[in-house]
Amino acid sequence: MGYLTGFKVTFKKLFEERVTTEYPKEKRPKPPRFHGRHVLNRYEDGMEKCIGCELCAGVCPAKCIYVRGADNPETEPVSPGERYGYVYEINYLRCIHCDLCVEACPTEAITESKLFEFSFSSRSDAIYTKNELVVGDDGLPQPQPWELWHQGDDLATSGWMRATASAGNPDYQNRVGWSGELGYGIRTPEMGQHDPTLRPKSDKPAEENVQPGDSH
Amino acid sequence: MTGDPLYLDGVDLTDVGIMLIKVLVAFTFLLVATMFMVWFERKLISDMQNRIGPNVAGPWGLLQTFADGVKFFFKEDLRPENADPLVFRLAPYISAVTAFLSFAVVPIGGSFGGGASGTVTIFGRETFLQVADPPIGILLLLAMSSIAVYGVMLAGWASGSKYPLIGSVRASAQAISYEAALGMATVVVVVLAGTLSTHGIVAAQSGGITRWFLISSGIVPFVVFLIAATAELNRPPFDLVEAEQELVGGFHTEYSSIRFALFFLAEFMNVITMSAIMVTLFFGGPAGPILFGMTWFWPTIWFLLKVLAFLFVFVWFRATLPRLRYDQLMHLGWKLLIPLILFWLMFISLKELRATYDWNWITTYGAAIVALAIGASLLLAALRAGNRAYQEELEDA
Repeated sequence: MGYLTGFKVTFKKLFEERVTTEYPKEKRPKPPRFHGRHVLNRYEDGMEKCIGCELCAGVCPAKCIYVRGADNPETEPVSPGERYGYVYEINYLRCIHCDLCVEACPTEAITESKLFEFSFSSRSDAIYTKNELVVGDDGLPQPQPWELWHQGDDLATSGWMRATASAGNPDYQNRVGWSGELGYGIRTPEMGQHDPTLRPKSDKPAEENVQPGDSH
Repeated sequence: MTGDPLYLDGVDLTDVGIMLIKVLVAFTFLLVATMFMVWFERKLISDMQNRIGPNVAGPWGLLQTFADGVKFFFKEDLRPENADPLVFRLAPYISAVTAFLSFAVVPIGGSFGGGASGTVTIFGRETFLQVADPPIGILLLLAMSSIAVYGVMLAGWASGSKYPLIGSVRASAQAISYEAALGMATVVVVVLAGTLSTHGIVAAQSGGITRWFLISSGIVPFVVFLIAATAELNRPPFDLVEAEQELVGGFHTEYSSIRFALFFLAEFMNVITMSAIMVTLFFGGPAGPILFGMTWFWPTIWFLLKVLAFLFVFVWFRATLPRLRYDQLMHLGWKLLIPLILFWLMFISLKELRATYDWNWITTYGAAIVALAIGASLLLAALRAGNRAYQEELEDA
């Protein structure tokens, strides 16, 4: 009766549990290293981290980043170094969220949040300018009207960076190799990749319409 | 009306009224049933494929088909430049109308057990729970399923496009091949029942499960009928007509808007009708125990439950079996089903004849076995020769 085995298989499937997540109705927690919309960070004293070096723009495979640097004004400097990001634009119609810009950045100025639910009704909205990308005076990402932020979307950004030692080992070696951020301070390390028990648990289930920073 | 299906004694207003009600009920029932059949199929097949299926329109997605129908109405009605204008428009209606017509002769209710003749009383008239009971009901069914092929064939031909044409040529070849097996499986039932009227066939099966032709015809005709019916309906695994991997959409590639919806409707309606026919021929139609109260109500419930079981089986086929190749389709039809049902038909007829004329057991079945052995060896020789030629052809190619 080999012909009928297949019928048994399909019949059994009737009673199996479904694995589908019905997306807009229910949302799965995002993985800790999720790549979403970028933010431009500030140091804890409020200075911008971006130095206008254009490495992000150079490494971008989708050519979606446009940066122009300028010399810092002597009286009121924008960034601690010699130069700062004068123009900074990311075109989200082209961005593939590969995170190479984050890896290229020498000052950890650009990181990715976990926000991915944003849609635009015009092309100009899709091109984020520096004003929209840079974090506010409280250090939190500035939500745009067309973005749907969830709790924790701004936490645990750039995990790869905080998991590795400064020497490049894949494990955290109890020495912080990254700078603090306005609003968050020095972010906690991600305890490395080798021991799964040390990894942070995945975030709590997402909640609707939470503004960034609500979790602290 | 019971003994006067052709209204030889004249027609009065009550007859017309009853007929109108029946037509209206059957029409509405078919439309609604088709709507839910589409939903049922989509939901069930997604259950069998670890999916969720339609679940947004209405509770459990019940109104999905309705939403699709509304959408179809508002779509642009395209017609290819090369299409034959008249035939292109006509073809969907041939499909849909034949699908409706064949349901007319299916008895959907009425108590047949214990001497009852399956009638109900409406407005003081004794009448059957079926739209019409012509003396040649089964022939009408076969005729309608044949004419339905015209809808497919003409649609493919009139589209003026190659894929629909290939699809429709396949459809006609397939329908002709399997109609033979389908017809002969029906003939077995007709031989047993002694009548062509669907009502008569159901009446002949009254009186318990053992009287059902499923049992008394020896199951084989039913299996052949089920396979041939699946092929006749162009349903998986016999859906070569619209094999989307090869033919885009098959015969309805060029159809859009409500014309496509009509094909869709006809297809699913035929599934329901074919299930109803199988219930009528082999499963005693509306036969079933009357549990409590309302004697006219239970047979219809049993009928619907049996039909539902077959609808499930058709969806199950689709979920389980991969599509046959064209030569496999022809091999199955001509070399297996038709010889098998031919032998079975001969055997059943002989059995009936022996019972009628009281022939001698030994001579009858001895002659039958000899005839069968000769026929089988001839057939096997022919098949072997054909297969050898086929293999050589394959090697040459």
